[in-house]
Amino acid sequence: MPSSTSSVITLKINGEKYTLPVDHRTTLLDALRERLDLTGPKKGCDQGQCGACTVLLDGRRAVACLQLAVAAEGREITTVEGLADGEQLHPVQQAFLDLDGFQCGYCTPGQICSAIGVIQEHAAGWPSAVTDDLRPEAGPPPLTADEIRERMSGNLCRCGAYVSIVEAVARAAAGTGTRTDTAPAARISPEAGTKEAVA
Amino acid sequence: MTAVTTGTPTPTPSVGTAHTRVEGRDKVTGAARYAGEIPFADLAHGWLVLSTVARGRIRSVETAPVLAMPGVLAVLDHRNAPRVETDYTGLMGSKPDPTCAVFQHDRVPHLGWPVALVVAETSEQAREAAEALVVHYEQQPHDVDFTGEHPDAYPLDSHMPAVTEKGDLDAELAASAVVVDAEYTTPEEHHNPMEPHAATARWDGGRLEVIDSNQGATWVVGELASLFSLDPASVRVRSEHVGGGFGSKGVRAHQVAAVMAATVLQRPVRVVLTRRQMFSLAGYRSPTTQRVRLGADADGRLRALEHRSLSLTSTVHEFIEPSAGVARVMYDADAHHTANRVVRLDVPTPTWMRAPGEAPGSFALEAALDELAEKCGIDPIDLRLRNEPDKGPVSGLPFAGRNLPACFREGARRFGWADRDPRPGLRRDGRWLLGTGTAAASFGAGAAPSTATLTAHPDGTFTVRIAAADIGTGARTALTLVAADALRVPPERVQVRIGDSDFGPAMIAGGSMGTRSWAWAVTTAAGELLDRLALGTGIPPEGITVRSDTTAAIGALAPAERHSFGAQFAEVAVDTATGEVRVRRMLGIFAAGRIVNPLTARGQFLGGMIWGISMALHEEAVRDRASGGHVGADLAGYHVATHADVPHIEADWIDDPDPRDPVGIKGIGEIGIVGAAAAIANAVWHATGVRHRSLPIRPDRVILAGAPSA
Amino acid sequence: MREFGYQRASDVAGAVALLGADPDARFLGGGTNLVDLMKTGVERPARLVDVRELPLDRVEMTAVGGLRIGATVTNGDLAAHPEVRRRYPALAQAVLAGASGQLRNMATVGGNLLQRTRCGYFTDVTKPCNKRVPGSGCPAVAGEHHNHAILGASDHCVAVHPSDMAVALTAFDAVVHFETANGPGELPLAEFYLPVADTPHRETALPPGALVTGITLPPAPTAANSRYRKVRERASYAFAIGSVAAALDIRDGVVRDVRLALGAVASRPWRAVEAERVLTGAPADAETYAAAADAELTAARPLPHNGYKVTLMRNLMVAVLTELAEEAAR
Repeated sequence: MPSSTSSVITLKINGEKYTLPVDHRTTLLDALRERLDLTGPKKGCDQGQCGACTVLLDGRRAVACLQLAVAAEGREITTVEGLADGEQLHPVQQAFLDLDGFQCGYCTPGQICSAIGVIQEHAAGWPSAVTDDLRPEAGPPPLTADEIRERMSGNLCRCGAYVSIVEAVARAAAGTGTRTDTAPAARISPEAGTKEAVA
Repeated sequence: MTAVTTGTPTPTPSVGTAHTRVEGRDKVTGAARYAGEIPFADLAHGWLVLSTVARGRIRSVETAPVLAMPGVLAVLDHRNAPRVETDYTGLMGSKPDPTCAVFQHDRVPHLGWPVALVVAETSEQAREAAEALVVHYEQQPHDVDFTGEHPDAYPLDSHMPAVTEKGDLDAELAASAVVVDAEYTTPEEHHNPMEPHAATARWDGGRLEVIDSNQGATWVVGELASLFSLDPASVRVRSEHVGGGFGSKGVRAHQVAAVMAATVLQRPVRVVLTRRQMFSLAGYRSPTTQRVRLGADADGRLRALEHRSLSLTSTVHEFIEPSAGVARVMYDADAHHTANRVVRLDVPTPTWMRAPGEAPGSFALEAALDELAEKCGIDPIDLRLRNEPDKGPVSGLPFAGRNLPACFREGARRFGWADRDPRPGLRRDGRWLLGTGTAAASFGAGAAPSTATLTAHPDGTFTVRIAAADIGTGARTALTLVAADALRVPPERVQVRIGDSDFGPAMIAGGSMGTRSWAWAVTTAAGELLDRLALGTGIPPEGITVRSDTTAAIGALAPAERHSFGAQFAEVAVDTATGEVRVRRMLGIFAAGRIVNPLTARGQFLGGMIWGISMALHEEAVRDRASGGHVGADLAGYHVATHADVPHIEADWIDDPDPRDPVGIKGIGEIGIVGAAAAIANAVWHATGVRHRSLPIRPDRVILAGAPSA
Repeated sequence: MREFGYQRASDVAGAVALLGADPDARFLGGGTNLVDLMKTGVERPARLVDVRELPLDRVEMTAVGGLRIGATVTNGDLAAHPEVRRRYPALAQAVLAGASGQLRNMATVGGNLLQRTRCGYFTDVTKPCNKRVPGSGCPAVAGEHHNHAILGASDHCVAVHPSDMAVALTAFDAVVHFETANGPGELPLAEFYLPVADTPHRETALPPGALVTGITLPPAPTAANSRYRKVRERASYAFAIGSVAAALDIRDGVVRDVRLALGAVASRPWRAVEAERVLTGAPADAETYAAAADAELTAARPLPHNGYKVTLMRNLMVAVLTELAEEAAR
């Protein structure tokens, strides 16, 4: 049965509605970047293998490169451009900035959106692959550095800014009252911590 | 006219104090625009079509059906593409890699060679049409097999001579109480910057403008002007934000194809490489096979050192991974032989990749040193300290600072090295065997001529213009701090503009030479500007502008061995039942000159060390002999370290002043990876008692090596 | 990617009717595998029927104490579900060991079951592959195969199934439910995936046009003491090179009930029937675990570069059974 290969769709992005015709082949990522000039979400691999295009779909983190735009109609889409409140950065953005949680910056919007998802998923009690006790009675595990690392592993950073990204996520999570337990015990030696008090 | 308001007395120095990145806010809000993200009216999209055979000729390209597809504007191939000139020598001192001179002939020298560009109104249309383009080949037998014997291998000079030899190697080996003779291999590795290569080309008022992701606008302008026989002044290349490079972002097929299409269509054309295309078009690090022979007295003093490295290159261009160069800096011996050889295969041309030569070379040499320490019964750090040379082992030149021993002392103290039991295979934590390892690191501290323009504005602010590139190094911020100190003003009064070839010639972001070279030009310009301002004539509305050129000053540098040094420490956990290897902690202590911005410098060192983890345990591009191409050429098949692979690691530095050096800054972009993989491999030995001489140390290799014998 | 039509289904019958008997149409769930395969040209559908919004997004207890899991439940929600974590912890662990947080939020249970192999020859349309183009050959047999099958493969295909979730489901005797134009049907997971034989392109026993609507897990008290261990070439965000889902019930030092399934060793999740046979009723000790693993791996036919998997799987089975026994003893 013949059917059209394009549609006029309305996307809800960062609280605004955008109506546009799309080729059904257009991914949400390409619609954002090529059609709506929202170039914050990045195209690192276009195959769901790097996380640079991470956005929030109905409040949950997702990769925009494997999401067809036409199938995103009706969903609440939040990109990195929609996180700050005017001049006031989102706490996760501020932590990334202050702790230098990036280098080239290309994976950064995805890392930040993913980190917001991680903090929310953790607050909802979701376990991860490194959670020892999965039983719901055990409650949410502390958001340790290892928990953050595992949960953030869908976001590659080729510059290798992982150490400061984990610090930034922990700081932002702590700001929401999350038990993080990223204790200085992880330090190699007490004096090694001194250079980390920067910013 | 406004009164001069340079800040006197000198404010608190900016250099040496942590500053967040000046473009940081743009990067965390998504406002920073990368090359493929600048909107253009009337933009067309080009999609490269790559060869599916590894050697042969193009018999035909079935263009007509594709031209009839929706939105398709043009198909460029070797029959209709504009001609380019390739007989010139570029900024890097070599002829262009013919890979970038696309569509000039019907020969196919490797799989993934660009054979056509399809241009269409939208990227979806271009992609579909490119996939639909039928190309017929006359296929010829290919050889992509790097393993085994290669009688055709030959020594190749690069920025260093291919071969150095002093002393009688056989005699010294024979006279040695202890000998290590081992072969080490490293696989084909790919840069994989997070931002794929992207370029938009357009003609604008008689000028060619290219918005590009590269490591040096000067470099790319020079190459494009030469290729298209244009006056360099009529070409402008801009790259404000660059999503990583690591050596891969020079002139490549996509920029040239975009310029060709923009020329033919007379409208802006963007060409972006897919992640898969990057595996054959973006360059890579050659695999290496390295043989190291060490002979020493019983006390560990080296009598003989031989390091021979074999790498590969394509059939169309010479490039060598000079892994044997490390020993020329690190260790002396009575007999000291090093050789870099190369073999030509039907593969893409490799290129510079983070610490070219040093990264794979230090793995082999520093692992061999560890084997020698074991055989001599000497602590690995002591062995290195006993072999500290007092001058360049090959050059005979003095070292402009060699603070390696201090790095080892500080690192050993902080890592807890003194408590280490040297015996392997003894420590256990549940299913994990634990071990620690160390290795030395060095990387050259060169500088290259650059120009900078500095303007004093009437409002007391300053603008620096320099064709530098910030590929994530923090160069923009570092230069802001350097300029602020040189002008004796707070950094808030300095704006640094980079990434535009119109700012004049400057060094690329490469060879760990960028910030050192650019800072030199900025400092020089600042000095001249302060002299001008000291005349007290006031600043006109258009400001006062001076321009510097460091060519003469760099040429006047006294010859010396100039390098950064470092000591790497790693602790690993190995489960020999499942083959899993995890790095538990890592520490790098570096002597790397003056550290401009501690915040971003820490990131550079850590990033390099994480590359070391990735190199030691994960990275490997797999080439399929039958097709000649890769299998799994994507980020699911080519593993780079994830968050979960990286524990809390630390990098720090010691004072490393060089009062004779005009800038005192050494590069820090590459030394972090040097020695890191060796430290991890040495730790795996300490954990398991098994030497892993082939990277990456994959689970299958660990499983096959078995558990330590009791 | 070729142009395609797109329709969104709102109920199960409507979805099945929209797809019809069109061989060029595909159901679209989370899209994490299908959209990728469309980009690489492996899949070239002319029409997509979007089933993500179908009311199949619930995880519910069954009357007999098992679980019914809707096909559009996301992997993320499945792993977080309290009853899954309580009753079938290995299933939650398996799901959490797969992909990334982002992908788990998109991927559906139905799509996870139907995902295709990540064999590098299958996903590269410029290379031969019997699974993609029947009769074109399998270059993996003589080429790159260090992460290919050691069990149940044939000369026609040595690819492995990529799912972690399906390994745990196999251990727990899951049943797949589907809907066709002729009404509903069901298949035990053990029969859902077809043997490779000489038809590697035929992967499941689903009738043409069938829509997977959900999975039921029978009650299994043993599953409360279960575990999934996955070995891969980096610590996270990678496909398995070997995995084990196991559940163990020990009474008085004797194995009373055991469930054991292996991942990344065959074209489908591999129920370790031989190992289970050796284990059941035998003393719960290291000797038994090793004998059971060896019994299962007698059938292994490694290729030149994946022989390590035999050792890996033996070690992994023994390790997981030992851990479960220790846990049960606590």
